[in-house]
Amino acid sequence: MQSILSIATDALAYSMALFIICIGLSLTMGLMRVVNLAHGAFAMIGGYIASYVARDLGLGYSVAIGLAVAGTVLISIPVERFLIRRIYGSSELTQVLMTIGITFCVIGITNYFFGPTLKTIPLPSLLAQPVDIGFRTISAQRLFVMLCGVAVAAGLWFLIEKTSFGIKLRATVDNAAMTDALGVRTQVIYGLSFALAIGLAAFGGVAGAEFLPIEPYYALRYMVLFLVVVSVGGAGSILGTVVACLLLGAVDTTGRYLMPDFGNFFFYAAVIAIVCLFPRGFLGRAQ
Amino acid sequence: MIPRKLLCAAAALCALLMGCVSATAETVKVGIIGPFSGPFAAQGKNFQAGVEAYMARNGKAVKGNDIEVIYRDLPTANPAQARALAQELVVKDKVQYLGGVYFTPDAMAIAPLLQQANVPLVIFNAATSAIVQQSPLVVRTSFTTAQTTTPLGKVAIENGVKKVISAVTDYGPGVDAENAFKKAFEAAGGQVVEAIRMPLNTTDFSPIMQRVRDSGAEGVFAFLPSGPPTLGFVKAFNETGLKQAGVKFFATGDLTQESDLPALGDSAVGILTGFHYAVSHDSPENKAFVEAATKVLGNPELLSFPAVGAYDGMHVIYKMIEATDGKQDAEKAVAAVKGLAWASPRGPVSIDPETRHVTQNIYLREVAKGSDGKSLNKEIRTFENQKDPGLAK
Repeated sequence: MQSILSIATDALAYSMALFIICIGLSLTMGLMRVVNLAHGAFAMIGGYIASYVARDLGLGYSVAIGLAVAGTVLISIPVERFLIRRIYGSSELTQVLMTIGITFCVIGITNYFFGPTLKTIPLPSLLAQPVDIGFRTISAQRLFVMLCGVAVAAGLWFLIEKTSFGIKLRATVDNAAMTDALGVRTQVIYGLSFALAIGLAAFGGVAGAEFLPIEPYYALRYMVLFLVVVSVGGAGSILGTVVACLLLGAVDTTGRYLMPDFGNFFFYAAVIAIVCLFPRGFLGRAQ
Repeated sequence: MIPRKLLCAAAALCALLMGCVSATAETVKVGIIGPFSGPFAAQGKNFQAGVEAYMARNGKAVKGNDIEVIYRDLPTANPAQARALAQELVVKDKVQYLGGVYFTPDAMAIAPLLQQANVPLVIFNAATSAIVQQSPLVVRTSFTTAQTTTPLGKVAIENGVKKVISAVTDYGPGVDAENAFKKAFEAAGGQVVEAIRMPLNTTDFSPIMQRVRDSGAEGVFAFLPSGPPTLGFVKAFNETGLKQAGVKFFATGDLTQESDLPALGDSAVGILTGFHYAVSHDSPENKAFVEAATKVLGNPELLSFPAVGAYDGMHVIYKMIEATDGKQDAEKAVAAVKGLAWASPRGPVSIDPETRHVTQNIYLREVAKGSDGKSLNKEIRTFENQKDPGLAK
């Protein structure tokens, strides 16, 4: 029983870290219809900024997160304006080529400036200590990640369902031309959505740095993972992404406990099974 | 009046003679293949540091023969590319010696070429025992996983640990380490309760730690390639309370290489590792080596074990050039260094005449904080003159 609860706890922590990173990609792919394979690169940039701020500049963890999110969003603004904006509405192949190109550039640049070794983000003593939750000890950082995941899910739900920005966003997704005709500035909505997605990616990169270590090839290494999670959950759906993260996280963690030799086999077997049953993901929208 | 034709002939003859005179002091070319870019670029930098440190301390010529080093980049384990690079170095650049090679599959791919090329290969890193058996022209100055793991079996028993769970990454060196540890530990009376093999791309080690806990083992033996996996594993070990529960951690020095210690921080303190070289080794040769290599690297935190493998590799190559007088004769070169013994920065070493692999001291080290507050591998015990158990039949 202890083992089951323990596995469940690990799975939940991993799922939440994955969720925070992937929800941004879900928004980009579902709402803006851009296959943004550079999403992992932005998560990585967030991680690097946080590592630099916390380690080399010695500022606190919360400052590091704040600067990481702000910095990554700032970097993403010219990228969106000059590169991503060109590929809205293009064929998927064009989008893939552009965003993979951006990914490789980011990898090269970070490798050049920061070197090939991995970077850690020093945690404050509050988060670094193990916490005894009854059946086992767990790092406080993992509890923090779980809380953040829940907070992000709740916050996004509120934003999209209950605010006027959310209304405009949903309208733009359903029928961009009509929304534009009704006076909503869709370009601004796109820009803000992209910034939101990138900000979440950066936050996820920092929070998930314990699970997905920050090193130059991060962007490429986990690209398939993020893409798969979003596709299984259904692009554009928050609930779908939550379900996908929880399910795939559980399958992956359990698989690695029971038969570590098999590695990612169970994860991808589950993906194949789910996509066969739900071709658009769990809660994906019809195109 | 000297006829023009005679003048031309005389000039040509003079030029030819002058050409012959300069040809007696040849340039001996050495081709070094290593990961100078990509995820393992830091290790390639260490190769270069070792090579250039040796040349800075011992001059760039041996017996009048100038030495030219040609570097070729091989970012990952890619046997086909390794073979192609070796062929290019031999045929186009006309190297007399090949050196370097970080990964085992690359060394295996190059070995078949050596006989025909009349070129010996001095391996600066690749650590699988079987490589030296692929060709009689292979010499290795690094270590093998079996060599660094075997003393740990005895150490584990002496630390009161009777049951160990082994967790290694599922690839060549990992499997070597698992087998070597199992053999040594069981010979000393211990029991390996479970042997987990983890996939290369594992990042979340909590489920593995749960298995460790469930197995009831008193100690963990781990082997992972240096980098993100190592950090994740050590962190998971501490965070899931295993360290607090008194489970002992044994590993090879690959996990605590000096360039990774800053990232591991306090979580690594107390880990016992077995390895052939620690940057903190206290000897005059090591002091000089560290100084010279750090000058090449620029940043002292980057210095790690591949540099000493390269440094000693260059020593062997220099001795080969001396023995063959700058001429290309691979068999004579290798014969000359069999049994060669010298004081390396790591301690006393010699090349075993039968296996052509380096016999050296293996040290038991503990990760501790030095006087400057930085983590280092402190040598607490020496196992002298260890051969490669992986080749002993």
